[in-house]
Amino acid sequence: MTEPSSTIPSDSTHRTGSQIVKRGLAEMLKGGVIMDVVNADQARIAEDAGACAVMALERVPADIRVDGGVARMSDPAMIQGIQEAVTIPVMAKARIGHFVEAQILEALGVDYVDESEVLSPADEAHHIDKWAFTVPFVCGATNLGEALRRISEGACMIRSKGEAGTGNIVEAVRHLRSILGDIRALTQADSAEVFEWAKRLQAPLPLVQEIAATGELPVPLFCAGGIATPADAALAMQLGAQAVFVGSGVFKSDDPAPRAKAIVEATSHYEDPHILAKVSRGLGAPMTGIGMDDLDLKLADRGW
Amino acid sequence: MKVGVLALQGAFAAHVSVVERLGARTVEVRRPEHLADVDALIIPGGESTTLSMGIERSGMIETLRSFVASGAPVLGTCAGAILLAQECLDGRDDQIQITGVDVAIRRNAFGRQVDSFEADVTLVDTGASSIPPVPFPGVFIRAPAFERLGESVEVVGWLGSEAVAIAEGSVVLTTFHPELTTDTRLHALALGI
Repeated sequence: MTEPSSTIPSDSTHRTGSQIVKRGLAEMLKGGVIMDVVNADQARIAEDAGACAVMALERVPADIRVDGGVARMSDPAMIQGIQEAVTIPVMAKARIGHFVEAQILEALGVDYVDESEVLSPADEAHHIDKWAFTVPFVCGATNLGEALRRISEGACMIRSKGEAGTGNIVEAVRHLRSILGDIRALTQADSAEVFEWAKRLQAPLPLVQEIAATGELPVPLFCAGGIATPADAALAMQLGAQAVFVGSGVFKSDDPAPRAKAIVEATSHYEDPHILAKVSRGLGAPMTGIGMDDLDLKLADRGW
Repeated sequence: MKVGVLALQGAFAAHVSVVERLGARTVEVRRPEHLADVDALIIPGGESTTLSMGIERSGMIETLRSFVASGAPVLGTCAGAILLAQECLDGRDDQIQITGVDVAIRRNAFGRQVDSFEADVTLVDTGASSIPPVPFPGVFIRAPAFERLGESVEVVGWLGSEAVAIAEGSVVLTTFHPELTTDTRLHALALGI
């Protein structure tokens, strides 16, 4: 393959890093499954299963929970190993507010940066100014106000935070219902009530007015945090998520490859219970999972 | 007119809204029987490896091939163009192609997402439609590139000296994403609406 720049003819103007280009890649991932992987072998299993992208990280959230300590951006060598192993987009995580980790990930050519609560926050007041980057960002949210604050900072995709590393879908359901329920309610607000919505959501008025008019987020909304089964993925999609992230749910299960494939099929055919029944059969044990009452650390509380 | 949009993965929702703006009905195609009474078909952008596996697992490959061979209008954008090409370069070895258009296409020819770009595409006046000579807003996302065009392939759009939209028979392929813009000319041309 020739150098990318030489394939672009010099007689037309090319604009990189625009909103349509950054949001556009998220549009291409809709209906798909983005899988957490910690090495090239897992990345190949994910691509073989039909993942539309992988998230390269050193430890899956379930292990981060067990290990404790500070969780940081992954080693660039590990990320590059995964980029070389697969042809699908590769995402990677930076700590909340750690714009230098994000600069490094952009330099590595990752396709999306996840400014993620799964890693230890680097800044207790500020998120990254994502407008300053060519690479697009995805951010987690637990409610509509949080989603709009991230979009106002330049995020081009929102995902529910859920509760990563638990194998428990309950928090992701809470977040999706909160975000989508508030969007539905907001469309019923009159023009005076929209001001009060903006105050209550602690979100910029123009974004709140836009959603009141369109009835949807201006960027794609995906589900993350706690998906462990094909049924979980289809539940998220039926609730209104447009694609799903699966973190620990695949590679912490008994038999990752068939489970990965089944979750991909369930996400495509999320409205078809017969296909869901077929793909859910005989997958072995899912990851054990954790009840919310047994949690010492709630990752979703990180982010401001 | 009823337009089927392959909806296993990718930017199918954006295509659905363009087609509905043009006044045609749409069907999301996820199983072979969904193609039974559609007049035209769109294969959207997305991940071509994911789409290829989804098509195979849904048992749709032969139905899709027959539909393309039938001469009905078909539009393939980005990954859709890859799947409809006779030859795919830099794909997976086991990637199943719908095929039908005599071109070779290379995946991710422009690099990674940071190299994705917007640029004006010059449309060719085909005479078959009333496309005015205004540039088309091309959105290229991890875009593929045509490397070989068969003899019966017509170029519909140029990016500088590179063909980025082509037609062969009733099939139109673009390496960029008309569905992400408000410009409906290429959908209208491809689908004959």
